[in-house]
Amino acid sequence: MSANAGTVPEVVPSSSLIPAGAKFPKAAKVALGMPQMRANLAHATGTIREKRAKVAGELDDWEQLRDAASAIKADVQHRMPELAIEFERKATEAGATVHWARDGVEANAIAARITREAGADEVVKVKSMATQEIELNEFFEAQGLRAWETDLAELIVQLAEDKPSHILVPAIHYNRTEIRDIFRGKMIDAPTGLTDDPAALAEAARLHLRKRFLSAKVAVSGANFAVAETGSLVVVESEGNGRMCLTMPETLISIVGIEKLLPTFTDLEVFMQLLPRSSTGERMNPYTSIWTGATDGDGPKDVHIILLDNGRTDVLADEVGRQALSCIRCSACLNVCPVYERTGGHAYGHVYPGPIGAILAPQLEPGRHDDLPYASSLCGACYEVCPVKINIPEVLVHLRQEGPHQAGEKAAMGAAKAVMARPKLWRAALGAARFFTRPWRNKGYMRRLPWPGSKWTVSRDMPMPPQESFRDWWKERER
Amino acid sequence: MSRIGLFITCVNDALYPSTPKAVVAVLERLGYEVDFPAAQTCCGQMHANSGYRRDAGVLARSFEAVFDSYDAVVTPSGSCAAMVRDQYPDLTGSDIGRRVYELSEFLLDVAEVEDVGARFPHSVTYHPTCHGTRALGLGDKPLRLLRAVEDIELVELPEADQCCGFGGTFALKNSEVSSAMLADKCRHASGTGAEYLAAADNSCLTHIGGGISRSGGPRPVHYAEILASDA
Repeated sequence: MSANAGTVPEVVPSSSLIPAGAKFPKAAKVALGMPQMRANLAHATGTIREKRAKVAGELDDWEQLRDAASAIKADVQHRMPELAIEFERKATEAGATVHWARDGVEANAIAARITREAGADEVVKVKSMATQEIELNEFFEAQGLRAWETDLAELIVQLAEDKPSHILVPAIHYNRTEIRDIFRGKMIDAPTGLTDDPAALAEAARLHLRKRFLSAKVAVSGANFAVAETGSLVVVESEGNGRMCLTMPETLISIVGIEKLLPTFTDLEVFMQLLPRSSTGERMNPYTSIWTGATDGDGPKDVHIILLDNGRTDVLADEVGRQALSCIRCSACLNVCPVYERTGGHAYGHVYPGPIGAILAPQLEPGRHDDLPYASSLCGACYEVCPVKINIPEVLVHLRQEGPHQAGEKAAMGAAKAVMARPKLWRAALGAARFFTRPWRNKGYMRRLPWPGSKWTVSRDMPMPPQESFRDWWKERER
Repeated sequence: MSRIGLFITCVNDALYPSTPKAVVAVLERLGYEVDFPAAQTCCGQMHANSGYRRDAGVLARSFEAVFDSYDAVVTPSGSCAAMVRDQYPDLTGSDIGRRVYELSEFLLDVAEVEDVGARFPHSVTYHPTCHGTRALGLGDKPLRLLRAVEDIELVELPEADQCCGFGGTFALKNSEVSSAMLADKCRHASGTGAEYLAAADNSCLTHIGGGISRSGGPRPVHYAEILASDA
């Protein structure tokens, strides 16, 4: 068998099937119609879900760790300016150059300038949600620069010309056969006769990436934590590609959201127990890199840190909504979410999908994702697993209450309130409902209702009111 | 003995008289006196969770006025109890939620009874509804009461802790996703082969029952009705 691209079935990038700008209900409908993707997602989220539950259950002090993490993050939110300035001072003292970026455009421009000044036209990347958020790869491409993803799943997504569909496992929507086809079709140095054996796929990626690591002059990373006390950055990863990027190139650019700050080095103790268990379901992740500025003769000489706001200080101003900034991007909420499991990440139309995305996206980009707070049944599974105890259902309800409402719905809700606020009217309404549904009473249910009831009867029958209400029974009994 | 106010909920008021009747039967069997204040309507959950905070506040205040004089309020709904306990403090500043109990909380924590003297010679599978289990923290309380029922055969529901897809207006606003969740719940329920599917919320049972009415499967029943049964 040859690796001739012409004979390889083309994998259509899932994100391209969802109409651009589609609101969640419409986008979700498209995603629900992709059986292969749904099977991949159900299998993958189910597996991680079980692993997480097992390793979280091993710790007797899991709940205390969650409380501690939540308290530390709340403290950071209260002292953000002070901690950011302390971090800048410490990192600068240690030889790093700290930049401040108000938004994605500023951050991208700074990163592109540093890359050019280093005499490079390409960078290798450690997996980073912040750079996905600000679309650094797209910005670089428009500037004639190239950004190569080196995390296996990010590489798959980049080769497929797709978008990440999960925070931690960006290619979660693909199975290994599809990944083989992506490699064979899009990876120029894919080995002949590549199979869908996971080890073979990993080896192909490893050989492909090795060349990039060896030639790269500049690397771009994010950070899981930024320690104010010491000016250190922390990257937590599984594959070792991060370690390569963070140590081999001469220049390192790290783009870090300001919410990643932690007050002290000791605080890492709490998060390093919570993060691996919540994200990959491992007791400990394989590679943790911590660096503080630049060190002579060891690692990058030119170390840059771009502190990114991009809407975060506005989120900080909302007392209820700000808890979204406590997120450590573990994805536990995605893996337990019954909505995410069925729709995947692309339906959310934002780089942060799932429950956390439903509260983060509308706050980071006000007015653009008003549909997302409704993309939840408020089942609360997300809150139960969140390692930093973000009360996601509470924030969802809060955002629904703050957001705009459609005029017809508002009128209907107002009318329902007016009836329910007057006991006599309420009783009359119940009586009327019993009267007008008499023809269906013997059958017990209605199979078809006019709009908007049709949204219910599309998959469910509607039970009919009974002949005798509880109120009638009670009145009779009291007599 | 303390005065118990029965909050039947708007869903039961409109559709399911047998559930509050069962609550009355169980509480009276245990020697409690139950009162039904007729001015009650709705706790305001639909309005609050759909984003209509002001409307919800109006309904919350009328709930408070109706139930203010009772030492305990008992309701056969985990989600309505959670609404009153979790959201009223922020909505109206009221702490009446401390006196509002979902039926199983009242039976186990206040009355301290696990065996309520029921007999139900049928196979039953139990779906732990999301708001009751998670928001209210019921845990396995309704199940503990069911385990004490004479001659009942409890069958485990696969992936029981997964939401059925109801979520109030979610079922209409995101009808397709909701239906996909419902289809899985119905498949698991009918796979148990049980005669009945019990739960602590008739709103969720309306949803699951509406699906089962088409796909076939166990008959939905509020667990209070099983506790009331002495057949």
